[in-house]
Amino acid sequence: MNARFSWNIADDVRQMLAFHFMVNALRAGTIVAVVAGAIGYFMVLRRQSFAGHTLAVIGFPGAAGAIWLGINAGFGYFGFCIAGALVIAALSRNGRANTGLGGDAQESAVIGTVQAFALACGFLFVSLYKGFLSGLNSLLFGSIVGVTDTQLVTLLIAGLGCLVALAAFGRRLLFASVDPDVAQARGIPVRLVNGAFLVLLGIAAAGTSQVTGSLLVFALLVAPAATAVRLTARPAAGLVLSVVLALAVTWVGEGIAFFSPYPIGFWVTTLAFGSFLLAAGYRAAVDRAGRRGASRAERVTVSTAGSPA
Amino acid sequence: MIPRTVVSSADPIHGVATMLSHPFIQHAFVAGTTIALLSGLVGYFVVLRGQVFAGDALSHVAYTGALAALAAGVDLRFGLFAATVLVGLALGFIGGRRAADDVVIGTTFAWVLGLGVFFLALYTTHSSTGNGSANVTVLFGSIFGISASAATIATVIAAGLIGVLLVIARPLMFSSIDPTVAAARGVPVRSIGPLFLAIVGATAAEASQAIGALLLFGLLAAPAAAAQQLTNNPWRALPLSGMLAIVAVWSGLCLGYAAPKLPASFAIMTVATAEYAIAALVTTAKSRSRAAPSHDHDMAPSRDHEGFPLSSDEIPSPNG
Repeated sequence: MNARFSWNIADDVRQMLAFHFMVNALRAGTIVAVVAGAIGYFMVLRRQSFAGHTLAVIGFPGAAGAIWLGINAGFGYFGFCIAGALVIAALSRNGRANTGLGGDAQESAVIGTVQAFALACGFLFVSLYKGFLSGLNSLLFGSIVGVTDTQLVTLLIAGLGCLVALAAFGRRLLFASVDPDVAQARGIPVRLVNGAFLVLLGIAAAGTSQVTGSLLVFALLVAPAATAVRLTARPAAGLVLSVVLALAVTWVGEGIAFFSPYPIGFWVTTLAFGSFLLAAGYRAAVDRAGRRGASRAERVTVSTAGSPA
Repeated sequence: MIPRTVVSSADPIHGVATMLSHPFIQHAFVAGTTIALLSGLVGYFVVLRGQVFAGDALSHVAYTGALAALAAGVDLRFGLFAATVLVGLALGFIGGRRAADDVVIGTTFAWVLGLGVFFLALYTTHSSTGNGSANVTVLFGSIFGISASAATIATVIAAGLIGVLLVIARPLMFSSIDPTVAAARGVPVRSIGPLFLAIVGATAAEASQAIGALLLFGLLAAPAAAAQQLTNNPWRALPLSGMLAIVAVWSGLCLGYAAPKLPASFAIMTVATAEYAIAALVTTAKSRSRAAPSHDHDMAPSRDHEGFPLSSDEIPSPNG
């Protein structure tokens, strides 16, 4: 980058906004961060983060294939991710998708095989499209220069659709996520809600892949939500916090990537991981203090009970 | 780059002979066979022990290790082996309890890959020879590009690792299937876990030279999962898994040679995935034909009973 970083932040922002690609990157990043923060929060509550990762990996051959065929990469991402979400929803038993982790080993071996095969297919399309090997990195690890105007429009429509759907059935989704059995008893179609959520997750994963790359979606889809869950137990506050964190990570990451020679994937993952570590450390400290407080209170009760009244 | 003359001769024996006359094909077959056997055997234990996730972790580490070595200007393989074996040992010592939260693990691995991208940028901006092809090689392997010396080294290391694995196979199998009883019988369960994960790490380093860091996990998981579908006897499944991996690599190499547009690692992964798919279909067909005549039988309650199969927590896991 020719731009030089100075400590005058307003001037830096002006420098960045002088480039059309940077404006596009920030717009795309904003849409993606809001959607990923919101959907990611539910995903973490529902423990489906590996479904999110699998969907993002499935998006990679979609994007590579679209570029090979001369179609906009965004359509490839969305097409493959949504199709993948429908397949996972159809296969998931019991109204709950598998997480691919902690479950039985056979199942996670199958998910690993599917992911490796999807990556192999993406590699095939990339190598069929000659001269595109340099684009491989931006598909896998993200880039701030790649977002076209058409892609931006697609992202906006998909993102708005996602948020409207989430607003429409968010309450029922939360209920079904926190306590599926009671929700089922109260007449909420848990299986349908699960399927619909997986489709939303597919859209969010497709969008996130376009900023962070297919392999690093965890940075925006999981880390902000996981950080929020560690900071507050209230759903509304957690949802807002998750979105705010995702936005902060994206904007700061894109800003640093603009002024440094290192790619966005590195900065976004590092920022997300750092904030997650801080939150986890804070949570551990609070828990320990709470436990100490509780044991002290217990001691006080014991001593007062033991003393002759 | 790679000298490749495509022979579409009608005589298959002649075609195979021509194929095997190329030195680069010979190297690919020699290194590929031992690496495949190693991956198949190690992968079986990985799946049996429920450590699939550790395998995935080590493949991420392989990428970052290799690129760190490139950025530092040392041999790529040095970074590969150092990173994967050390992290394997570390995982073995920390992770006595079953892996932490999926969120923690996923976020950490995304960061590890992000770090790899950082080393990639460092390598491409600071070295004059740096270009995208080294990165593609690390990610997706280049088994046809393996040199004679590299093939020899890879084969020797793979053979050594297979030897170690066979020596510890019996106690490893015992401690994988029933760790408590194994510990009571005097099997050193505590030290065998880290040793095994170090072997997994070295296997990841080996396999990433053949099919790349992103796909090696498939070579570990797919033949093992296919073998588990086909037999319940662990001593039969273990060699079967190794054989299936070799078949995948051989047919992948032949496909990659016959159709130069197909990358060899894609062909290998496709055959491995097909093996699993066929094994799963065969098993489903078998169990259905077995279940069909015994309708009023209480033997198979899990599959059709209210559509609720056994949940994963009800299946006794080898790690207990």
